[in-house]
Amino acid sequence: MTADIRRTAAELADDLASGATTSVELTQASLDRIGAVDGAVHAFLQVDAEGALAAARASDERRAAGQVASALDGVPIAVKDVLATEGLPTTCGSRILEGWVPPYDATVVAKVRAAGLPILGKTNMDEFAMGSSTEHSAYGVTHNPWDLTRIPGGSGGGSAAAVAAFEAPIALGTDTGGSIRQPGAVTGTVGVKPTYGGVSRYGLVALANSLDQVGPVTRTVLDAALLHEVIGGHDPKDSTSIDQPLPALVEAVRQGASGDLTGVRIGVVKELGGEGYQAGVLARFQESVELLTKAGAEVVEVSCPHFVHALATYYLILPAEASSNLARFDAMRYGLRVLPEGVDAPSAEDVMRATREAGFGDEVKRRIILGTYALSSGYYDAYYGQAQKVRTLISQDFARAFEQADVLVSPTAPTTAFPIGDKVDDPMAMYLNDLATIPANLSGVPGISVPSGLADEDGLPAGFQILAPALADDRVYRVGAALESLLLEQWGGPLLDRAPDLEGASA
Amino acid sequence: MSASLSRDEVAHLATLARIDLTEAELDHLAPQLSVILDSVASLQGVASADVPPTSHALPLTNVFREDVVEPCLTPEQALSGAPEQELQRFSVPRILGDEQ
Repeated sequence: MTADIRRTAAELADDLASGATTSVELTQASLDRIGAVDGAVHAFLQVDAEGALAAARASDERRAAGQVASALDGVPIAVKDVLATEGLPTTCGSRILEGWVPPYDATVVAKVRAAGLPILGKTNMDEFAMGSSTEHSAYGVTHNPWDLTRIPGGSGGGSAAAVAAFEAPIALGTDTGGSIRQPGAVTGTVGVKPTYGGVSRYGLVALANSLDQVGPVTRTVLDAALLHEVIGGHDPKDSTSIDQPLPALVEAVRQGASGDLTGVRIGVVKELGGEGYQAGVLARFQESVELLTKAGAEVVEVSCPHFVHALATYYLILPAEASSNLARFDAMRYGLRVLPEGVDAPSAEDVMRATREAGFGDEVKRRIILGTYALSSGYYDAYYGQAQKVRTLISQDFARAFEQADVLVSPTAPTTAFPIGDKVDDPMAMYLNDLATIPANLSGVPGISVPSGLADEDGLPAGFQILAPALADDRVYRVGAALESLLLEQWGGPLLDRAPDLEGASA
Repeated sequence: MSASLSRDEVAHLATLARIDLTEAELDHLAPQLSVILDSVASLQGVASADVPPTSHALPLTNVFREDVVEPCLTPEQALSGAPEQELQRFSVPRILGDEQ
């Protein structure tokens, strides 16, 4: 018996069911792969070999007793370090939470455990999910498995890189402005941001409550649907959780994988393309649109005129929410406590200021200060109030566009992975990476990024984004699966087969 | 509306946000924040006065549950991450200043 870690989660689930492998073998093989390549990739902040193997043994015992917990029982998973894991450190990529061990599980983590998936460890991220490159992690950058000198995207670069480097078959991510989809695009993997409220946020350390969503990070569209069905659904512990069943996602994938999109209307968003987008990214996008047309879809161009304001809207709403949320890191109840130097008997406020100075990185400080400004009296109406109104206009654009099309499509990210260090101290340049992904968060609609091929200029992966109306997550899976199967046929195998083998590599 | 933030304004905002900033950080962050503010200021005038604001993308209503005791953290769990604890409580620095 052997465990082939290059197989998809769905295939591994079949292998477990047929007895071709065991969860212990599979988990050990993943841990071995992490041991072999993570020195170079640095996708993980924490590896829990003991806990993962214990969960794997329990899974094998359940299976032997004929009591399988879920379709993915026994398939190991990696978890972004922004999700609370009982007994396993959760740092959010920040010094201020260094060594913090949550006393409870996030709902999605509890669901993953109950479904029998061994948790391999916690993955690297930009500090508190603020960033598009994972360079803002306090624990060092994650390297893109396609080219170790380049960024893996962000904020969930760790989860995407872990999956792309075959260190984990699947992972959990979170997406506030593109943090699942953009890393997916630049690492040649699949990422889904579910409808806002479709997956519980309980135990997700909040960046921006009205934008954050947990979702799957995988190598195939089917794997994403399988994981989405494990983590999705109503949670009474999250007051924004949608109290209705998920659409049939795996079924939508099977329907889409037939490659027939007759009757599906696809809208190409005029404002998400052209200037600022890399030629190779646009070329792969265009080819994908042609493939979908050949599959029977009706393609129309739609205009969402207010999308040009989405980035500015986001960078007012997000810092405003983040500055409120991160006020909880006050050095009193958990996390770092730093006493100011040269102060006798410092006050709680002195300690809070010194702790936040020492515990937060530059990007977090930038956004907290920006949010504090946007919410301060005298500026509130001009900034935060205005952004909330433009948010309405963006949602109205979506509503009109979805009258003309069942799904909307665009490139996921304007460029392929850029070199580490290029944009780390240029906030505006960094923010532009999320140009195409942000509108979905502002309006709460679901989106997927599917690999569309390699850009001619640099041979690096590009992503194809599909957006659907709120609650119609099944549509992104259907169209995503169709595109995936058409491209696989064209490529003759998965895109990741062309990524370098990392054994022996060093960063 | 042209927007910029002076070094003093950034220092004041940092105080409001309870973050000590070094002189070097103020020099570094103030110009960056001005660039960001200048960019987001492009929203001025985009939405007319009659556009309603959106706080959450999907309509929300209050969520209630029965007022019954449910499982929750034990005191030991709740205190497990505390920088300091005493007598089953969070131990914190003094709250009031001399002048208060």
